[in-house]
Amino acid sequence: MMGAEFVALSLPPILIGTFAAIACALPGNFLLLRRQALIGDAISHVVLPGIVLAFLVTGIVAAWPMMLGAGAAALVSVLLIETIRRLGHIEPGAAMGVVFTTMFAAGVLLLEQSDTSGVHLDVQHALYGNLESLIWLEATGWDSLWDAQALAALPPELPRIVLTLLVVAGAVLLFWRPLVLSTFDEGFARTLGLPVRAIGVGLVGLAAMAAVAAFDAVGSIIVIAMFICPPAAARLMTDRLGAQIWWSIGFATLSAVLGYVLAGYGPLWLGGVHALSAAGMIASVSGVILLLAALFGPCRAASGLRRG
Amino acid sequence: MAGVLRWTRPGRRVRVMLTEALFLQLGYNATLVTLGAGLLGIAAGVTGVFLVLGKRALVSDAVSHATLPGIGLAFILMVMAGGDGRALPGLLLGAAASAGLGLLCVSWLTRRTRLGEDAAIGAVLSVFFGAGVVLLTVIQTMSAGRQAGLETFLLGSTAGMLRSDALVIALAGALVLGLVLVLRRPMTLAAFDPDFAIAQGLDVRRTELAAMGLAMAITVIGLKIVGLILIVALLIIPPVAARFWSDRVDHVLALSGLFGGISGYGGAALSATAPGLPTGPLIVLLAFALFVLSLLAAPRRGVLATLLRRRRAIAPGAGR
Repeated sequence: MMGAEFVALSLPPILIGTFAAIACALPGNFLLLRRQALIGDAISHVVLPGIVLAFLVTGIVAAWPMMLGAGAAALVSVLLIETIRRLGHIEPGAAMGVVFTTMFAAGVLLLEQSDTSGVHLDVQHALYGNLESLIWLEATGWDSLWDAQALAALPPELPRIVLTLLVVAGAVLLFWRPLVLSTFDEGFARTLGLPVRAIGVGLVGLAAMAAVAAFDAVGSIIVIAMFICPPAAARLMTDRLGAQIWWSIGFATLSAVLGYVLAGYGPLWLGGVHALSAAGMIASVSGVILLLAALFGPCRAASGLRRG
Repeated sequence: MAGVLRWTRPGRRVRVMLTEALFLQLGYNATLVTLGAGLLGIAAGVTGVFLVLGKRALVSDAVSHATLPGIGLAFILMVMAGGDGRALPGLLLGAAASAGLGLLCVSWLTRRTRLGEDAAIGAVLSVFFGAGVVLLTVIQTMSAGRQAGLETFLLGSTAGMLRSDALVIALAGALVLGLVLVLRRPMTLAAFDPDFAIAQGLDVRRTELAAMGLAMAITVIGLKIVGLILIVALLIIPPVAARFWSDRVDHVLALSGLFGGISGYGGAALSATAPGLPTGPLIVLLAFALFVLSLLAAPRRGVLATLLRRRRAIAPGAGR
């Protein structure tokens, strides 16, 4: 399991899954505290029409146009939710439900109407991703990690998700103070002269970026699960935000690695021959972690119950 | 078929097909499906009003995604028992069981931990769906070579639907609709003004649970036609659209049922006219069209009415 085959077949998907999970969990911490956890859900639904449109415009299945299309769709959805909420005086949950179901429906219809028979583009792929197919055929063993020629043949999703993770982490570090202040006490942040609205929009934009890049690599189930489950479990472990973020990174990594290994090797251990869906298993593991945190986490109680 | 219809332009052919579909002349099965979808739409529209009024619209999203593992498990159990894994009543029973579990998880996480309802919804939605996807891959390996076709529950599919399936859906939809109409007074009170409802001696928690249970029933019934990803749209969009037209609950209920019914009926009829027109998305897009119409044109609360009022307020007597 730890030999050349592992480096070629399992290492790239595990790394991509882990980095995608962390890139989503980071902004997820702030969305969770702002009670905007479902933004990730909405964004990952509307990505579908975005990539379908990008395909129809360019005629090819290529990563960058699709990521641009997905990003644009995410932006449009956030604007639409905001517009409908204000114009119609509708509560945010309902406005979100109206927008993301409609855009997803439009995406499915577009997909069915356009001729995508020659390319690999379907709803299932968008939902589950294709983590298992991100293999590194050039690798001959651990030595390949120092072989420039072999490294050049890494799946392109890996450098993309690393870049995304660096940008997301950099932005969180850079804007740490304003992010924290505006998350915990918006009124106070405003009196300090911080651009509270811009910070909110920036956070959603950051989340959208992470969602789109991760979606490209791993599909939307992992994206939704990683936005919410690791930060939620982390929130039950500690009262301090810094510690919460480290816990969430740990949980995201554990979900990705354990989920991939269970899906890929679990059936073999049980005597089966076929691997299971890695995306589904990663989401399931993150759910088990959240369940354990909800049962035993030191800071699990609702605040009213704990102090009262 | 193309040979027979060579003398008509394609546009005309679709129009003819659409009139036939709308007036239920496409054959017995298509007619049954269209009627079933219409009834489902009415029931969903009426049930959804209580969800939206109680500001719990997205709980139904968690519930609908939570049906997937139940469908998978039901299929596996039925095959292991030696039966046909695709029997609709069994699959729906499994879906209802896991949806119920999902609902319990949402309310447990919300009440027992410091997490908000939004986080609980997102967690249940993604984890249950992920577990369902794992089960689907188990099924693929299990019945090697035999197409389970469970993927159709993701987006719904009316193609190849059995007559008995359509009947199950129509009857269950009618049952839910009847229950909602019987329970509408207490559910309205609980959704609008829980404190007053408690003062009136109403068991608010049980009433809310009943409302959620009915919404859950709708998601389960709608799986086959609309699919589990989009069924929430039928519970959310018609009530939101209907809310623009009136402040009275009875009117909103009637209108929401009407909008839902039109969407379900029209969407199913449209999708029967040509291949490549999936039923679920068409139903949702029709509902959205009715929503946009309501947002713009409703008297008093609509955007146009608001604009007109504002203009009149700025220039009083300008037209005189």
